[in-house]
Amino acid sequence: MAVAMRSVQRTRRIKLQVFRIVVFALAAVFFLIPLAAMVEFSTRGINGERTLEYWTSIVQYPDMIKAIIASVQLALITSVAMLVLLVPTMVWVRLKLPQLSRIVEFVCLLPLTIPAIVLVTGLFPMYIWLGTNVSDSILTLAFAYVVLVLPYCYRAIDAGLGAIDVKTLSEAARSLGASWLTVMWRVIVPNISNAILNATLLSVALVLGEYTVANVLLYSNLQVELVHLGRANAGVSIAVAVASLMFAFVLLVGIAFVGGRRRRTQSEAVTNLGKGPVQGSAG
Amino acid sequence: MTVAGTPAVATRVGRPLLGGRRFSLDWVGVLPFFAYVGIFLLLPTAVVGIGAFFNADGSFTLDNYAHLSRSYVFKATITTTLLSLVTALGGAFFGALLAYAIVTGNPHGMLRRLVVSASGVLAQFGGVTLAFAFIASIGSAGFVYLFAQSHGFDYYAHGIWLFELSGVALVYLYFQIPLMVLVFLPALDGIKPQWREATESLGGNTWHYWRYIAGPILFPSFIGAVLLLFANSFSAYATVNALINQGSPVLSQQIAAAISSEVGAAEPGFAKAIAIEMIVIVTVVTILYTLLQRRTARWL
Repeated sequence: MAVAMRSVQRTRRIKLQVFRIVVFALAAVFFLIPLAAMVEFSTRGINGERTLEYWTSIVQYPDMIKAIIASVQLALITSVAMLVLLVPTMVWVRLKLPQLSRIVEFVCLLPLTIPAIVLVTGLFPMYIWLGTNVSDSILTLAFAYVVLVLPYCYRAIDAGLGAIDVKTLSEAARSLGASWLTVMWRVIVPNISNAILNATLLSVALVLGEYTVANVLLYSNLQVELVHLGRANAGVSIAVAVASLMFAFVLLVGIAFVGGRRRRTQSEAVTNLGKGPVQGSAG
Repeated sequence: MTVAGTPAVATRVGRPLLGGRRFSLDWVGVLPFFAYVGIFLLLPTAVVGIGAFFNADGSFTLDNYAHLSRSYVFKATITTTLLSLVTALGGAFFGALLAYAIVTGNPHGMLRRLVVSASGVLAQFGGVTLAFAFIASIGSAGFVYLFAQSHGFDYYAHGIWLFELSGVALVYLYFQIPLMVLVFLPALDGIKPQWREATESLGGNTWHYWRYIAGPILFPSFIGAVLLLFANSFSAYATVNALINQGSPVLSQQIAAAISSEVGAAEPGFAKAIAIEMIVIVTVVTILYTLLQRRTARWL
């Protein structure tokens, strides 16, 4: 009986291993071939040799360079604005206005149920007004981007704040004579540095990959310019695309690994990839 | 008990003494946040909701909603729904398999971390790049196509379907499967190995286990994930716009076209009405998802 049981378990384990290997192999084929193809395509020469010509000629497309610079600037502005807006508010709500926490959560997660294309429909008249009365710089897109990254950053920071005792820490600091600014900057922020890094990397990745809002509002950011250039010179466009995808990959893998190295238990809570309700924004 | 109760009593006594002044100062702290989301999140939403009832001259009308019955909008609704359904079911099926393959491995292993991180990138990074990845691989100049063609298999013999809806669906899977992995992993993590052992000690086999134990427990969260994936496809715009630039087969493209038509036939009110249609569908789907999620939480 026991022997039979063990042999059943062994065949099951072998079956499971076969299943896993097959699934991982198929997934690798489906997911890695397109990525490899981008690298292959962007290093193609005229006579079939390998060349970096497409990569080096990126600099000859001033529109593309401008778009890359704009997207990087937008990523930085969005991240900073998001942190300045979100971190103090969330700490304050935890300390002083716990009755508001549900509302803040609801508002922050709202952009998940409002598709970007719908949000931009409402933003369109506002940006026309903004363009004629304030500024028509592409950097004004940051206003909309802060909203787009809100749900992801809220979750990251919420997990970080949940892992520390905000109340005790700030009360201790206050009773020692620290101002609120000191409490924020020297007590709270260092304690949730993982969560902040997390939120920042996520927003950088999201902003660099954003297309919908910029395209409808007729601003040329990285992704819009990619599509535009792709119709004229696919090689250069794919070179930039693969570079941006690799950059996002490094950023987001960084979240998992930088967090993991410091404090295991906290990083599990802080890494918001795959934790809690998730939502995609690739499309 | 008494010790734990003391602070609560103390604050309850303390609060009235400090009175309304402190109360109002506390609220100042959240003003910037609410002002910001008020202007850049709630106002645009209100602009859509209210603007859908006005025509270009600014007078009240229901025409924008009546126009939703235009044949091309109706067709786009059907197309978008079908595209979303197919990619949601396909993504959920393959994503669940991949998630199961991950979950049966080492929970702290390198492989799991790598797949989860990669899924995060693919589910959340730009759809344009993903479209390009497919153009570079299976497109008419991609090496997969050139290889297949030189071996006598010309999969574009009946037209380049990559730039049609079937191509869009394939590229959607590229972010739907990773999203499914992210959504479904926590549910699979909740399945306890003891349940399997219990089934066996009661004489059940693998089929019994999946049919009567794991299946029914995972089913609500699977359907919930399908709904989430559906909403994700339904609101997508970047990928389809990068692949198809002739006509506007999906709703999000219809909205974009109505906002700023290049031929000067912009219909902002109409764009908002389509946006409302979209938001109603996505909201219904999201509510169903939330309800199912709550039901799942009972077991996992």
